[in-house]
Amino acid sequence: MTAQPRTEFEASLQRQGSSWTRTTTEGFADAVADAVVEPAVATDLSEWGLDFGDAPVTVDPTPAELLEATTGVAGVTTGIASYGTLAIPSDAKGTEPVSLYPERHVAVVRESDVVADVQAGLDRVAEEFDAEPGSVVFATGASSTGDMGALVSGVHGPKQVHVVVVEDR
Amino acid sequence: MSAERRLKAERIRHLLETERDAIRENTTHMNRQRYDAIERFERYEASREAARAIKEDAIERLPELIDRVRESVEANGGTVYVAEDAADANRYITEVTAEKGAETLVKSKSMTSEELEVNEALETAGVDVYETDLGEFVIQVAGEAPSHLVGPSLHKSTAAIAELFNAHFEPDEPLETAEELTNFARDYLLEYIVEADVGMTGANFVLADSGTVVLVTNEGNARKSAVTPDTHVAVAGVEKILPSIDDLAPFTELIGRAATGQEFPQYLTMLSPPVDSPPLDFESDVPLSEAEGDRDFHLVLVDNGRMEMREDPQLRETLYCIRCGACANTCANFQHVGGHAFGGETYTGGIATGWEAGVHGLDSAAEFNDLCTGCSRCVNACPVKIDIPWINTVVRDRINRGEDAELDWLVEGLTPDAEPGGMDLGKRFFGNFGTVARLGSATAPLSNWVANAGPARALAERVLGIDRRRDLPRFERQTLRAWFDARGGAAVPAGDADREAVLYADPYTDHVQVDRGKAAVRVLEALGVHVRIPEVPESGRAPLSQGMVATAGERASEVYRSLVEHVDAGRDVVVIEPSDLAMFRQEYEKFLPEASFERLGEASYEVMEYVYGLLGEGADAGELADGRGEAVAYHSHCQQRTLGLDAYTEAVLDDLGFDVVTSSVECCGMAGSFGYKSEYYELSMDVGGDLQSEFAAHPDREIVASGTSCIEQLDALFDDGTRHPVELLDPGR
Repeated sequence: MTAQPRTEFEASLQRQGSSWTRTTTEGFADAVADAVVEPAVATDLSEWGLDFGDAPVTVDPTPAELLEATTGVAGVTTGIASYGTLAIPSDAKGTEPVSLYPERHVAVVRESDVVADVQAGLDRVAEEFDAEPGSVVFATGASSTGDMGALVSGVHGPKQVHVVVVEDR
Repeated sequence: MSAERRLKAERIRHLLETERDAIRENTTHMNRQRYDAIERFERYEASREAARAIKEDAIERLPELIDRVRESVEANGGTVYVAEDAADANRYITEVTAEKGAETLVKSKSMTSEELEVNEALETAGVDVYETDLGEFVIQVAGEAPSHLVGPSLHKSTAAIAELFNAHFEPDEPLETAEELTNFARDYLLEYIVEADVGMTGANFVLADSGTVVLVTNEGNARKSAVTPDTHVAVAGVEKILPSIDDLAPFTELIGRAATGQEFPQYLTMLSPPVDSPPLDFESDVPLSEAEGDRDFHLVLVDNGRMEMREDPQLRETLYCIRCGACANTCANFQHVGGHAFGGETYTGGIATGWEAGVHGLDSAAEFNDLCTGCSRCVNACPVKIDIPWINTVVRDRINRGEDAELDWLVEGLTPDAEPGGMDLGKRFFGNFGTVARLGSATAPLSNWVANAGPARALAERVLGIDRRRDLPRFERQTLRAWFDARGGAAVPAGDADREAVLYADPYTDHVQVDRGKAAVRVLEALGVHVRIPEVPESGRAPLSQGMVATAGERASEVYRSLVEHVDAGRDVVVIEPSDLAMFRQEYEKFLPEASFERLGEASYEVMEYVYGLLGEGADAGELADGRGEAVAYHSHCQQRTLGLDAYTEAVLDDLGFDVVTSSVECCGMAGSFGYKSEYYELSMDVGGDLQSEFAAHPDREIVASGTSCIEQLDALFDDGTRHPVELLDPGR
């Protein structure tokens, strides 16, 4: 990704080695098509008014399809600008495993869901928890380990993270 | 050398040969990253304060919070079991797996599960256990114990892991690089993750109000272990409970920085199970959103001694520990031997003494407690501000009191202490160094000849454990105080002086390193100070470092009584030995009434700090020796660094025209009596090797050091003698 970061969120993504594209509801399917490496699976995002159109993704995959996929496309409920952190909900449609198992995670975030810092991100979770305790992963960059004597990216979680920022949502 | 000491020395030598290189590279790397990350983090102190306050409150309210966790988890649909001890926890966990008919269990990293030895219990019950954290996986394959709280396999290099995997798994192509090893382990473990019946995790935090388990990981294995199988068992010590999600923020920003220098963990997972995420049955052809299956969640809260630690005023703050490993990474001894020497049955590093004493008992803590030299480098590193050296001292005291009496008569006459009979004689000898020094000077040079003569060294080694490869301190016949009196006392009369100071003649300055004391007197007088050197007892540092807490407390009171009238008369207390100043400014808080502690602490200065202040107030630097660009290599003292005082020495030397480079090592390795002890001599020299190689790069610089032990160590490492920086300023030099 050669684009220059325009926001603190993008600058944080760049620092952690993640890439990003900006798009709108209208350009969403094309942006996803450009971002995925096939085979790709996705969770349904129609409740956000986002349609995968002709993008080469299997929406709502079986566990076997998930295991075979190179890319997982899933929506994240919050972006945290200061660290480029993504809030992945542990929901019934499988956002958590789709973000976790494939080597490449394409995270979809609505720009209106990007908050300034960790405290603001945790405050949003706290508000949800007040209604009903739930589950969420704050993910920052690719998975990594130093346990084999040198830093390696892509362990049990994704090796690459690409963020699709939907500007008009 | 006694058999016990010889065994310990052999064990340390073996670890220096086999594990030192990997441990040292990894811990010093993480330590450097930590310094960088904290320097960039403006809210560090504020976050530490907040985290500390939250932990204090949570442990205070622990019984109530345990009840609250139970309510919340049960309301979410999970189960809570509070296990009294390891056997109780293991029984419950094996019952859960038996009920599920589980054959395979995948685990993410959890030190609490190591403490329980739950893997062995599960294997005995017929369940195959797979560690999915790659460090834990390496250890599991090797059949070893973790060597570090955060990096269990930190003692193994890439080559050693490759050798292990190639022999154990016999892959088609031999594995070589870290990437190949990582990919192999991931693919191997994935097969077991997808077929596992139960996933087990630990918990970094448990949130009482919502019944949430918080996990901090980088690999993603805890996420997979928690949400792939339909049954999740989380194991956590009761101390992991925080009241609510509102208390979480400071910890999330501290834990990664403290552990590895990461600004934020890769994965901060907050699960309020049973989670909504579909259980993954990889043989099913139903889409994820339609997957069925009941999720089951068990939170096992482990007491295993923790509620007793909570009632123990000295061990209680151990429970604030968030297991980041910063105390290990910043510890010079740990950097050289790792957790296989600096650790007990389960836990490793400085804070391990508190954990082992509380969880496994004093015997386990006694195995490695001596490796804490009290250098205090971990004090500023701890993200929850635990006084780790103090915990080590208290536990040492308890160990001392538990030992059997033998050969006491040998040191009885030398040891006017308040300690029980039966403690280690070497410790008692070093703990009473003030008396030893007084006798040494009174009988010098005879005492020096006798002490260094073969038979005496053999006896000292056998009975006191003093290694004969060390040069002993050479006592001066004329003490500093005798010299001062002989010259007619103060050269600057009180009436002509801008300030009056009491120079604290610690036993080393008074009896051994007398020159630095003389230089200090001349430097202060050159700057217009009226100097007095009253008789003041040893500060208590020597007994404290041996775990002789009661004796140290008595010394503190005596020192205070000797100095308070000077403080009341408006005199400053000037201290040459940094470890004694650290007593006045830090440890005396434990021994003196608050007002007394504050009064003495505020009136006391390290000698170069004092010179800096005098120059700042307008004293004439022209009265001191001019550096003329003279090149020096300066080694600050560990406790001086912790107090932030090293900068004054650097600034004064710089102002006076010296060209200064400063060492970056955490500690010289001598650490008071530590380097004298025969079982630790080689480790002490190995740690000193870091300082040696740093200064060897500057052969043309004169070496100066602030601490007595640092000077002794540098004298052992370099041919030219080492002086105190104040000697460079001496107008009479």
